[in-house]
Formats: sequence, C-alpha cells, structure tokens
Amino acid sequence: MTKRFFDTIPGSLITPEPIYHGRREWLKSLALSPLLIAGCKAESTAGTQAPIMPDAAPLQARRPSAWDTRDEQTSWHDATHHNNFYEFGTGKGDPSRHSARFKPRPWSVEVAGLAEVTGTFDLDDLVKPELLEERIYRLRCVEAWSMVIPWVGVPLADCLKRFKPLSSAKYVAFTTVMRPAEMPGQSYPVLDWPYREGLRIDEAMHPLTLLAVGMYGRVLPNQNGAPLRLVVPWKYGFKSIKSIVRIEFVAEQPVTSWNAAGPDEYGFYSNVNPQLDHPRWSQRTERRIAGSGGSLFGNRIETLPFNGYGEHVASLYTDADARKYF
Amino acid sequence: MWPKDAIGAAKVPFLLLCLLPLAGIGWDIAHQSLGPDPVAQLEHRTGDWALRLLLATLAVTPLRRVTGFAPLLRFRRMLGLFAFFYATMHLATYLIIDLGGFWTQLFAEIVKRPYITVGFLAWAGLVPLALTSTRGMMRRLGRRWTQLHRLVYPIALLAVLHFLWLVKSGQKIAVREPLVYLAIFAVLMLWRIPWTRLAARLGLREPPATGSPAPQRR
Repeated sequence: MTKRFFDTIPGSLITPEPIYHGRREWLKSLALSPLLIAGCKAESTAGTQAPIMPDAAPLQARRPSAWDTRDEQTSWHDATHHNNFYEFGTGKGDPSRHSARFKPRPWSVEVAGLAEVTGTFDLDDLVKPELLEERIYRLRCVEAWSMVIPWVGVPLADCLKRFKPLSSAKYVAFTTVMRPAEMPGQSYPVLDWPYREGLRIDEAMHPLTLLAVGMYGRVLPNQNGAPLRLVVPWKYGFKSIKSIVRIEFVAEQPVTSWNAAGPDEYGFYSNVNPQLDHPRWSQRTERRIAGSGGSLFGNRIETLPFNGYGEHVASLYTDADARKYF
Repeated sequence: MWPKDAIGAAKVPFLLLCLLPLAGIGWDIAHQSLGPDPVAQLEHRTGDWALRLLLATLAVTPLRRVTGFAPLLRFRRMLGLFAFFYATMHLATYLIIDLGGFWTQLFAEIVKRPYITVGFLAWAGLVPLALTSTRGMMRRLGRRWTQLHRLVYPIALLAVLHFLWLVKSGQKIAVREPLVYLAIFAVLMLWRIPWTRLAARLGLREPPATGSPAPQRR
C-alpha cells in the first residue's frame, strides 16, 4: 500500500531563480518536455539515453546552494562513463555498457524499522519533484580519483523526518535492489549481494547528505544509480549507495557491503581522510576527473580532510578516533 | 634450418608487431580516446604489455622445445627488451604523469605499499638484464650471463604479484585477470622443472638458454 506525506507546495512559494548552470541543456529539456510529459512510461523506451527530466518544472526552482563547490565540473560524458557500480560489472565502463536493461520505473521503497511510520512508498511520494535542489558536490572515490557533479535531489533528513524515527534509531541502513536479470554483475559473487550501506543517524540527518534522483538537471542514468541514490560528499564514494529499495532505522551499526568484504580496508565510517592511507595505496592525493576530460597532465591534487567539508561535518566526529573508527 | 637472411628479415615485421601496442596508445592519446581517466588507462595499458611480453620471453624456450623450431630463440632478446621498454613507460607514466609534482609521495609509496615496492623491484631487476643484452656483454660475461639472466624468473613473479596486489581485495572477480597471468607464469615455470630434473638424473647439462651463438643481424 502506498502512503502519501508530502503536501503540495503552492507555486507562489517557489522563488524562481535564474539557472546558472546547464542553462542551455535546461532550455533544450523544456523544448522536449511536451513529448516526455505525455507519460513517464515513455522513459523505458528512451533506454540508456538518460531521458531529460520528464517534468522539467522542478528544476526551475533550482537555486545556488550554500554547499556548492566552485571546482570545475566533470563532464556529463565522463560522469556517466566512468562508474563503479559492480551490479553492472567491475570495469569502469561496464555500468554504462550493461545497464540498458535495467528498469528504474516504476519504483517503490520499503521503509522499515524503528520509526513511527513505515511501509512501502512510491518514489514520487518519497521525493517530491517540487522540492528538488541542485547541489554541486565533490565526489571522492576510495580508489583515489574524484569528480565534481551537480546532483539533483532533496536533503535525506527532509525525507527521513517524515517517518518520525524513534529515539532508539541510532543508524539508518540502506539496501540496493536485487535484480540479477537486469543487473548482470549480480550473477557473480563479487560482493555479498544485495549491496548494503549505512549511516549513523546524525550523519543521515546532516544537511549535506543528499537523496538524489538526478544529476546535471536530468534524471539519474541507470549507471549512476537510477532512480534513487545517496550522496554523502565527505565520505568515500562507495558509501553513496545506488538504486535504493529499502531504508531501515536500526539500533545497532548495520552490516555494510565493502566493510564486510574487506574490514581492514573499508571502514564503516570511511570519511575521506588524507592522513589515513588505504592499506595498499595512499589517500593523500587524488586524480581529479574534470573539465573536458582526456587531459593527461596536472590532474593530481591534494585530498582534503572530509573531502573539503570538514567545517560542516568534523564536529560529528570529535570523540571518534579516526584510526579506530575509520 | 632457416637461412640467416630469412630470420633477419622476419625480425622487421616482428619489431613492428611489438611496437603495435605503443602505436595504439599513441593513437588514443592523439584522439583523446583514453577515456575519462586517461592516466589510469595509460598505466594499465603499458603495464599489461610489459607483463605480457615478459611472459612471452619465458614462453620462448618451451615453445622452441615443443616445436623444435630453433630460430624462435632469436626473437627472445627483442621480446625482453620490449618488455623492459613497456615497463619503463609504465614506471615513467606513474612517476611523471600520475604523481606529477607530488614527489614526496613516491618514497612513502615505495616503502609502504607492497605492490609498488614489488613493481619497482621488478623494473629495477630488468635494468641489468637490458644492459647486458648486447652481444658484447654476452661474450664478456660468458656463463655468468646465463646465471644473471635467470633473474627473469623472480622478476616475472614480482610483476605478477604487483598486478595481483593492486586489485581491491574481497572480490573474486577482480583478481581473475591477474590470476590468469599467475597461471601462465606457473605453467611456464612448472614446465621447466621436469626438464632440469631429467637432465640432472641423466647426468646431462641443460643446454645454455642463450640459444645458438650464430651472429645476429638487427
């Protein structure tokens, strides 16, 4: 059964702001929108072509966020052709090649555990298009490369609060969809499927933590975690779980996939930390994949503590010993 | 027996064949088609070819014994030198292009990370082999040349380990590719064991691995 929580926000409350990034793309999407508004179902026929937002209107409310980085953005092409999404294969190019069969619509998410409100919710009820924001975040992979991506989504906290988590809920556990027929990588025992991730409740409620449904003003492509993913910019990329089908409020630290696969290499917290090397490679610097791509020189930059978001999130970890709770 | 001229002539297309991976890399650089992370691609491609050619040099002796085609040995030096060439490109890509100005990181990496240490040792081991690959050095070192060039076995093992250790742990799939190389290395090494034992038992000496001392044209 589907429950509804969101009140429709009157259009008069939405302040229209000039769209400063991807303006031309957005205009293009406007031109196309009459075709696509006809039915979101048309999306599946669009395949991996990453359909333009079916309802372009919410993007009109995009506003510069206080969290935006001014770093040069990664190109759409690079951000959609260099992915770690092992459900579609372990190569960086596998997700873009092998995700065409995946059907991100219709989509519902099961909310369970220590909260007053639980149940199964349709994606559109979970993330209301009117509330979408754009956030330009740095994304730092544990493999020491990074990107700068304009996400479209809502703060996870805004979504979670509506379920009224109980005070006993200390962590939030997330699960990726399990569909071996559509996700060829799941037929191989690369990880203990389905993929699982988790956050401490204060991390989940932090205003930086984003529940994303789009990027670059468009619906998330399959290879980037369609239709719903997490973006936790101060943690290594694998914490930002993709294609979420289940959210559970729990009392104990949940099992997470990479931590289970290599506890010495991938901690539960996995905050970006240049001082704490991966056992087999340094985390002091990173290769930034940005701009037009294909550049051979000058890509290496210093990695910042908490991926540069320390002033916002360091206070969450004042007691924690970074080595013990890495 | 092939006429010497035919072998000499065959070396030219063989040399071009060994240069093909380089041409492919050059093409991709020129056309910016190395993908979103070109530096990593460059490292992978040069590393792959260094390892492949290194294992190819180890395959020459078994192949010659199986086929009985002695002129194969004449191509081994070129294979070895190209393995060193691609390994040097691999190291240079890492040092100059990837690490860029972050030189201090290098020393920390070589000391702290086993896979980089092992990879660097493999390259360093190839240096004396490349330097003594000339006919003059071969003659000057005599039997010690053969002993020195047995270094290629531990070097190949280090190169395979370098690959094996750099993939993410906890996944069976990711180690599949380096395990293929390890298997090839193991087969090539195991193949050698019965021969040496047999030779020892029969009181025979193993023929020198350097092949025929006939003069070579390049």
